[in-house]
Amino acid sequence: MSPRHSAFLWLAQRVSALVLAFCVLVHLITMIIVVQGGLTAAEILARTQGSIPWLLFYSLFVIAVAIHAPIGLRHIAREHLKLGSGVEVIVSLFGLLLLILGSRAIWGVFS
Amino acid sequence: MSKLKVSVWRSAGSGAQEYFDVPRKENQTILDVVTYIQRNLDPTLSYRYACRVGMCGSCAMSVNGKARWTCRTHVDKVCDSDALDLRPLENFPVVKDLVCDMQTFFDKQKKAGGAFLGAHTREDSVALIKPDSSGRMAVDEAIECIGCGVCYASCDVVKWKPDYLGPAALNRTWTLVKDERDTRRLDRLRAVSGDAGCHSCHSQMSCTQRCPKLLSPTHSISGLKREVSRAALKGEL
Ligand code: SF4
Ligand code: SF4
Ligand code: FES
Repeated sequence: MSPRHSAFLWLAQRVSALVLAFCVLVHLITMIIVVQGGLTAAEILARTQGSIPWLLFYSLFVIAVAIHAPIGLRHIAREHLKLGSGVEVIVSLFGLLLLILGSRAIWGVFS
Repeated sequence: MSKLKVSVWRSAGSGAQEYFDVPRKENQTILDVVTYIQRNLDPTLSYRYACRVGMCGSCAMSVNGKARWTCRTHVDKVCDSDALDLRPLENFPVVKDLVCDMQTFFDKQKKAGGAFLGAHTREDSVALIKPDSSGRMAVDEAIECIGCGVCYASCDVVKWKPDYLGPAALNRTWTLVKDERDTRRLDRLRAVSGDAGCHSCHSQMSCTQRCPKLLSPTHSISGLKREVSRAALKGEL
């Protein structure tokens, strides 16, 4: 991997970590507030269905996860499984999987 | 007088710990203990030292499981009981007994771009570096490295990834990247960017915790990550 590519991977992981810190905070605070009166599917859907702000928020969340997790996994795989170049393909596919599953979940509660 | 029960790594055959009884004295250093064994109990024991005053970086060993410089480590400081366990530094190949092979460690300093290259010739005057300039202040501690290898022996990433340049080499490069006389800044940043370089550091600071000179290679490595990122964003890498 070129020095430039490595530098951008590292930056992408740091920036996505920042976004995640914000998203996780919003997510947790929302959860704590909304479970006060019990948790029901209808209540969740009432909040999210057709809501553009929640759609944008969870899209940002999913994109940040799909960037952050594969880069971290790549390091773990290289350190502990001694995987070489094949690891790029595996973790990219994993990132794609996260993106697809995440998008599906968002669409499920939006539409 | 109380005795120390010293277990020492001997590399003969497939290697084993050997026990020696050494008289305990006041102000005794670990290096004193090893020297006592070699002079009085077993002259075939191999170990390495030179300056005895914490300057040359040649005497480091694993003492009761932790890498330390032995000439300036007092027995009292590391020994609650009378047991002492001495082994060669981790993450280094062993030459014999307590002597490890530092070749790869120093090769990595070269690989990381650790050789200074300035623009001045011997005809030019000496460069004047202001002590309070930001570049000089940023490396005020880092330039004090004595190359003892304690940080390298304490780094998990070195253990997991034998290619990883390690804390000392990256710390050295940091001192040159911030050196205003240096002419190879970008080459150095390229050399330290990547899986073998600064981006593999976990910033968990074992190196910093153990460095006998109280330096912070972790801090130097974070500095490199910042400089590398800036250069990448400017399209210089
Ligand atoms: S940074 Fe500290 S521990 Fe590492 S080689 Fe230099 S002096 Fe030794
Ligand atoms: S901070 Fe980095 S260089 Fe230091 S011990 Fe941890 S991984 Fe190794
Ligand atoms: S003998 Fe020189 S640093 Fe210990």
